Amino acid sequence: MLLVRCPWCGPRDEIEFRYGGQAGLTYPADPEALSDEEWADYLFMRDNPKGPFRERWFHAAGCRRWFNAVRDTGTHRFVATYRLDEEPPV
Amino acid sequence: MDERTKYWRPAEPKPSYEVVIVGGGGHGLSTAYYLAKNHGITDVCVVEKGWLAGGNMARNTTIIRSNYLWDESAAIYEHSLKLWEGLEEELGADLQFSQRGVMNLAHDLGDVRSSVRRVEANRLNGVDAEWLTPEDVQAFCPIVNVSPDVRYPVLGATLQRRGGVARHDKVAWGYATAASNLGVDIVEHSEVTGFVRGTGGRVEGVETTRGTIRANRTALVAAGHTSVLAAMVGLRLPLQSHPLQALVSALYEPILDCVVMSNAVHVYVSQADKGELVMGAGIDAYNGYAQRGSFHVIEHQMAAALELFPIFEYASLLRTWAGIVDVCPDASPIVGPTPIDGLFLNCGWGTGGFKATPGSGWAFAELIATGASELARPYGLERFMTGALIDEHGAAAVAH
Repeated sequence: MLLVRCPWCGPRDEIEFRYGGQAGLTYPADPEALSDEEWADYLFMRDNPKGPFRERWFHAAGCRRWFNAVRDTGTHRFVATYRLDEEPPV
Repeated sequence: MDERTKYWRPAEPKPSYEVVIVGGGGHGLSTAYYLAKNHGITDVCVVEKGWLAGGNMARNTTIIRSNYLWDESAAIYEHSLKLWEGLEEELGADLQFSQRGVMNLAHDLGDVRSSVRRVEANRLNGVDAEWLTPEDVQAFCPIVNVSPDVRYPVLGATLQRRGGVARHDKVAWGYATAASNLGVDIVEHSEVTGFVRGTGGRVEGVETTRGTIRANRTALVAAGHTSVLAAMVGLRLPLQSHPLQALVSALYEPILDCVVMSNAVHVYVSQADKGELVMGAGIDAYNGYAQRGSFHVIEHQMAAALELFPIFEYASLLRTWAGIVDVCPDASPIVGPTPIDGLFLNCGWGTGGFKATPGSGWAFAELIATGASELARPYGLERFMTGALIDEHGAAAVAH
């Protein structure tokens, strides 16, 4: 069971949250210009590191706000959580 | 004598091979076996970072079935099931293969409709399938609670009588022994740390903790760690690695002589010959490589199991564990060449790889040996560019 630190509500049990996958993916600025390969990259290709991973979480049973986290996927340990308008910690 | 050396020949890695297979799990070993058996390619090395078949092969719930919806899936999983049906004889090994029947329960109207559709699709593809009414369900498996006043009433089920279970480690040992007897080297405790690159970036083998192993063709069969290996050659894949948990109860008298799966309530159950109830859950939502998951997933799974099987109320939990499953966006595997010359990929089997052990190795060996495989053709990486996805999410009779 993970203890997730919501940037607004503080540390809460994992069951209050929904997972949102990789953070920092942005919708293409000019989608019509994309090749099939570029669309595939945007839609399907994802980082999947064993180690620090920038990801999104949603506090579904709390403040119902999205936020970002850096979590080590090798240990499941959270390095940091931060608001969407904050830069990821180094 | 080491108990396991009765089975396969311990090998020191040679400087070079025709084919090096990264990953000594079920799929890697079956690939090696069929390369040697079907294609006469015996200059093969299987490198495994841990001990043989100690990853997902040791962590799955051993369910075997081929009742997938789409034609591409039915083809490869049914080919696999046919191989299972002759595998004990072929490998000369007792695999405790037991076609005790796999029942997939339907709990609401949507479930019923998709299940009946799948039964018909299966039959058109030559896959045995039956639709059972709640009364049929109770007759086939008397301990399932089919009363209508529960949260997830049983409205019926699909049944694949040829489905069942096998003893996972004996399958790995059987393939390893047969491959070893044909000349394949199996090198355990040898972790890949990099790749040998040749002209134009061609992959020409692997760097390992036991030295450099050159190879004309390199095959990645590394399940949950595929992305980590692919990143070493700059290859980004549509995979996410998640923990998938399972558990066993303490040992009980024989009470369950079939496999029962429920998509909606996220549980699948069989009883091992020794007596443990073997149960699996859905994946943990987050990415993770730690081979453990969160306990609330187990609690959720147990709640579902107890509603379906009230008789399990006093069963005690013996242990839980997790494997790392590599999941594709369409819940179907990737079996194909890569954009990098000399490098082949077999991954993305997600939550359902065990049943595919023979078919996956068969198709992948054919691809490596001949450059093409009809069974593997729909499963190439290019499907993510063309959009020809094989969407088995929800259609494959179980949640992913």
